[in-house]
Amino acid sequence: MGSYVLKRLLSVVLVIFIVSTATFVLMHAIPGGPFKREKALPPAIQRNIEERYKLNDPLWKQYVDYIGNLFRGDLGPSYKYLGRSVNDIIREGFPISAQLGLASVAFALLLGIPCGIISALKQNRWQDNIIMAVAIIGVSVPSFVMATLLMYVFAVKLRWLPAAMWGTPKHIVLPVLALAGFPTAFFARLMRSSTLDVLSQDYIRTARSKGLSWAAVVYKHVIKNAILPVVTYLGPLVAGIVTGSFVVENIFAIPGLGRYYVTSIYNRDYTTIMGVTIFYSALLVLLNFAVDIAYGWIDPRIKLTDAKE
Amino acid sequence: MRMRRSMLLLACFMTFLLIAPTGFAAEKLAKKQVLSFNVGTEPSTLDPAISTGVPEAIIELNCFEGLTRMDENNVPQPAIAESWTVSPNGLLYTFKLRKTKWSNGEPLTAHDFEWSWKRALAPETASEYAYQLWYIKNGRAYNEGALKDPSQVGVRAVDDYTLQVMLENPTPYFLQLCNFPTLMPVYRKVVEKDPEGWFYEPKNYIGNGPYKMVSWQHNAKIELVPNPNYWNRQKVGMERLDFYLIDDINTALSMFETGQLDWFDAPPTAEIERLEKQGYLKKSEYIGTYYYMFNVTKKPLDDVRVRKALTLAIDRQTLIDRVVRGGQLPALAYVPYGLGDATPDKDFREIGGDYFKEDLAAARKLLADAGYPNGKGFPTLTILYNTSENHKKIAEAIQEMWKKNLGIDVRLTNQEWQVYLDSRTQLAYEVARAGWIGDYLDPMTFLDMWVTGGGNNDTGWGNKKYDEMIFGAQAEVDRTKRAKMLHEAETVLMNEMPIMPIYFYVNLTVIKPWIKGAFRSPLGFIDFSTAYVLEH
Repeated sequence: MGSYVLKRLLSVVLVIFIVSTATFVLMHAIPGGPFKREKALPPAIQRNIEERYKLNDPLWKQYVDYIGNLFRGDLGPSYKYLGRSVNDIIREGFPISAQLGLASVAFALLLGIPCGIISALKQNRWQDNIIMAVAIIGVSVPSFVMATLLMYVFAVKLRWLPAAMWGTPKHIVLPVLALAGFPTAFFARLMRSSTLDVLSQDYIRTARSKGLSWAAVVYKHVIKNAILPVVTYLGPLVAGIVTGSFVVENIFAIPGLGRYYVTSIYNRDYTTIMGVTIFYSALLVLLNFAVDIAYGWIDPRIKLTDAKE
Repeated sequence: MRMRRSMLLLACFMTFLLIAPTGFAAEKLAKKQVLSFNVGTEPSTLDPAISTGVPEAIIELNCFEGLTRMDENNVPQPAIAESWTVSPNGLLYTFKLRKTKWSNGEPLTAHDFEWSWKRALAPETASEYAYQLWYIKNGRAYNEGALKDPSQVGVRAVDDYTLQVMLENPTPYFLQLCNFPTLMPVYRKVVEKDPEGWFYEPKNYIGNGPYKMVSWQHNAKIELVPNPNYWNRQKVGMERLDFYLIDDINTALSMFETGQLDWFDAPPTAEIERLEKQGYLKKSEYIGTYYYMFNVTKKPLDDVRVRKALTLAIDRQTLIDRVVRGGQLPALAYVPYGLGDATPDKDFREIGGDYFKEDLAAARKLLADAGYPNGKGFPTLTILYNTSENHKKIAEAIQEMWKKNLGIDVRLTNQEWQVYLDSRTQLAYEVARAGWIGDYLDPMTFLDMWVTGGGNNDTGWGNKKYDEMIFGAQAEVDRTKRAKMLHEAETVLMNEMPIMPIYFYVNLTVIKPWIKGAFRSPLGFIDFSTAYVLEH
């Protein structure tokens, strides 16, 4: 187990290194630059700026400097938000996105899993039909449509909730619903199919035939065995959702991290592109790692060792 | 102009109301003098010497005050400078300063201006708008690094309250520039302590304007309250300004409708008509021109007859009414309305008049003369625009007009913003969409960009006579002669037509009817110092 963890952690570092190198090469390969404007700058002023932000160094030197700083945990200064560091941007935006994201995941789990189980238990009956019909809508309606619709109905028309911004519990409701739509529906469908799969297993028949009630069977045997696919999906989902959604944060004017994944590229804000990409990939790799550990805990048949051990 | 005067009267009336112990029945003020405005985006910086955008400028102009401040008629008025004299050759300005204070109560002197301007020019400050100070003697040389000694830059505090400024050329718009963010004084102690990020902490954001910042939630909101040490404090009637930093205009519209927001700019095109009917839409002058550029180094656009034919063959009014919407003005010349001529009360555009008429017969004849009768043999043209629904619709309409009126085939290509800018500078296009918004209120801000090899002249076009007129006008003291040269330059530009003017911008804003007294300059800046809220 110990050597497994160590190996996995080493691979995390390797992955981050590869991701940052690839991002660095790609972002410098596209035309433009952080200080390229519609109104062309006089060459002397362009030079002053490149000098100040060290953009006139050869690319390999910029790369070596960046990786050096990265090892010290310094993601560099933003080229768009002058005087702010990328560390600051992540430190301020991430907690907000994480709050929103975790609330959405919690909502999705609490609603999606029971719905999936009910659907499976009542397969092809009206409960199943309704849940699956709603789930299809949830999976196929994109979040920007959902967000706009929710805002129009609950803020503009009914005036129950504020249209946008962040800060009070009232502000969190609509974005959570918009963001949780897809994962809730997805969890419900996933849980339904894996529950159906488990229900057809011999040990369930055995449990039933030894006189256990349906409730006890579902609680003791079905959920535990059916939840594995949900846990697998949870890793990348959490990584994606807690780092923020550009669409939902933009529509609800939430000052999270999500916007930077898109705007930093428009702005050619090189350090921010690098920073948020590295942050996201680190989180993704670590959460996948956490999911693997969780497997062993949920299902002892899965052993976390190298093949040869 | 008439409307502006009435606004001025209103503002006077309002000041009277504020001073009067009890209000009049006609205009009752709201109990809470608070308003919320969407500045549109998270500021890149709030260091006035470094910032470049309109959102930043709006915040800075309400937290700082320059030597002058623009009035409702866009004429520079005494502000921190109480008076000034100009030498007969138009080069030496002597400003007499008021005894005023920074928002922290420290005295503000002429030395602060001298230091701030030299800081903005210093190469290591890397200010993008430093060229707004190139008008000052040796300003450019110092900024470019050719001159190392800042004491030779033409700005000097003679004593605590006298500032002398020597210019390179007589610059009729210099007093206007004194109201531009780059020329605002900044508080030396905080700037020197943290040159990169001094403006982030509200307590360090020490200014000298009507308001001061009390909080800044990134990507959300900036709050301003009146600056108790502002020299003209009694003029400021608001208790608080909430500046929202929202990018999405549909979100801003929803917030406006739910009452979270009082005022925002650039409403979605589809909603303009409805908002106008509801009485929320306000239009104001905005000095900008939307045009297409021709790459004159490429066939068949190297032929002026082809460029003219294309320019004459579109129907601008229909384009504005059906596609652009919002009451923009058809551009039959390049320089927009709202800029002064020989004297500021005359409009440069009105004096210059139109340079061409839309005329299908003439367009077809020009095309035939160029060797393409009825568009026969004319190669397929490509219009390049940066990815945006509005630019796309305009390009589609023009594509159709050229096809129908001239019989030529046009393809459309869109590119992401930075890629598009790159294609423009590389001249890797045939016809490209462009827009230009002035930096100051003078025709020069539109015309000097088309000199041969100019940094913004992405057409490959150049003309000796044009260059002579522009450089001549820059050095000319006599306003009448100067205006004449600028008109001549525009005549050359419109005869040669490296660009095809399409429309002049207007500023579209959506505002609750009870918000009064704030006014917007044609540069897009808003002065909130005289704003007030009526009971509603």
